[in-house]
Amino acid sequence: MTALREVAVVGAGAAGLHAAEALRRAGYDGRLTLIGAEDEPPYDRPPLSKHLLDGQWQPDRLALRSPDALAELRLDLRLGVPAERLDRQARTVHLADGHQVRCQAVVLATGVRPRRLPGAEAPLPGAHVLRTLADALALREELRPGTRLLVAGGGLLGAEAAATAVGLGAEVVWLVSAAAPLAAVLGAETAALLTGLHREHGVRIHRGTAAAVVRRRGRAAGVRLADGSELAADAVLMAIGSEPATEWLAGSGVPLDAGGGVACDAHCAAGPGVWAAGDAASWPDPRTGRRRRLEQRTNATEQALHAARNLLAGPDGARQAYAPVPYLWTDQYGLRIQAFGSPGTADRFELVDGSPADHRFAAACLHRGRVTGAVGIACARALRQLRAQVAAHAPWPPADPVTRQTADHAPARLS
Amino acid sequence: MLVQIDQEKCCGAGHCVLAAPDVFDQRDEDGIVVLLDARPPAELHQAVQDAAAVCPAAAIQLDQAPDRA
Ligand SMILES: Cc1cc2nc3c(=O)[nH]c(=O)nc-3n(C[C@H](O)[C@H](O)[C@H](O)COP(=O)(O)OP(=O)(O)OC[C@H]3O[C@@H](n4cnc5c(N)ncnc54)[C@H](O)[C@@H]3O)c2cc1C
Repeated sequence: MTALREVAVVGAGAAGLHAAEALRRAGYDGRLTLIGAEDEPPYDRPPLSKHLLDGQWQPDRLALRSPDALAELRLDLRLGVPAERLDRQARTVHLADGHQVRCQAVVLATGVRPRRLPGAEAPLPGAHVLRTLADALALREELRPGTRLLVAGGGLLGAEAAATAVGLGAEVVWLVSAAAPLAAVLGAETAALLTGLHREHGVRIHRGTAAAVVRRRGRAAGVRLADGSELAADAVLMAIGSEPATEWLAGSGVPLDAGGGVACDAHCAAGPGVWAAGDAASWPDPRTGRRRRLEQRTNATEQALHAARNLLAGPDGARQAYAPVPYLWTDQYGLRIQAFGSPGTADRFELVDGSPADHRFAAACLHRGRVTGAVGIACARALRQLRAQVAAHAPWPPADPVTRQTADHAPARLS
Repeated sequence: MLVQIDQEKCCGAGHCVLAAPDVFDQRDEDGIVVLLDARPPAELHQAVQDAAAVCPAAAIQLDQAPDRA
């Protein structure tokens, strides 16, 4: 480690911050440059569709670290300036402001950027995406009682935004293409519970595929669907997925996967001296052998810690394979849904506590007889106990019924 | 070491409980963090630092100043 004196982290979101922090905690004492395209110091995105959008929180609550804690990391912090090019041979990151940052190792943590619909590829009043603080503040500005908001996209982001908007009195149409929105993420049972809640709260769920944003007098005025029909609205939120922000790596020799994510090996490395973490990074999941990229908040943290640890382990050091137990949560209508693993790909749903009808349950999600996911609401303990089964892809039913366990069998250290 | 938690920021991931079960617990209703020991003994400091580092919501603040007995 003595030879390592210059490390750069590109992307100052959750993954970038945690990578930088983990390097310092592990004793790395050399120059540490954190480069971020946004003006704000690292902030948290999940509240953007929740308490920032509903106005309960102001932007300063989103800061991931206090100014003091950031200062302690002794960063060369370059905010508001994107990295434009990586020269792997010269080990240099070229910034948009013309500066160059030399580094022996670089951590790529540039996240993703939202897809946009035809007709609104360029900024257009009334056509929104929701990824940054600026995006959320712009959307919040439009949401008044009676605003007709069209949310395009049947994923978690669209669901949360629809729930928040309807809570603010907006008239919300949620345009989804799947017959059962959210089922691919949370499983059919939980998805059915949530879509039921959306309807109860007055969200109109419309099945169809958005083909383009309709403009009228220089503003978004709804969407045109693939079948040619139109849905009118005062504002449109495009929540139709995202793409890794990796175009700046073109020609750098850093391997990208088919979806544009940084194609890491099992150790979060993407070639000599190059590491990646967070929404932008894919890696071969040792449990399934399949390449995977997660857009989940806790993954950003865990993968960044992992990348930092392996970076410092050096070429001969003991690198560890990244084998997380994915975790995600979503807040809708006052309920917090929590999930481990992949409940969306399960073929069986085994309740271990409560019931969905009561809005309080924990369930093991099985795929071919093994626990590959767990999902629940308001049953934190029972759900956490299922985590060990998910980690082990344990057969069901367990020899030692989880519901009777009193202590956690989870490892003391994560990942 | 003084541990402080922000229950409003907590997202209920439970990572802190996995890292330092003697210091953190979760409310069953919503998974929100419960602080069991605001001044954990020295042998738990490493685990508590791990917990603060992995917290996805930055809901755990540590004052690392040595305890005045
Ligand atoms: C509205 C919203 C709600 C969410 N809610 C949840 C939730 O409830 N639960 C959950 O598990 N997950 C949630 N997520 C996902 C979670 O926020 C992400 O997984 C997490 O933020 C990923 O962190 P990251 O650091 O990889 O990427 P980001 O947070 O996107 O950070 C990447 C940073 O890199 C910057 N960047 C990009 N290109 C460059 C460049 N060339 N040079 C320099 N900087 C660059 C970007 O501007 C950005 O600041 C939500 C996301 C959003 C947008």
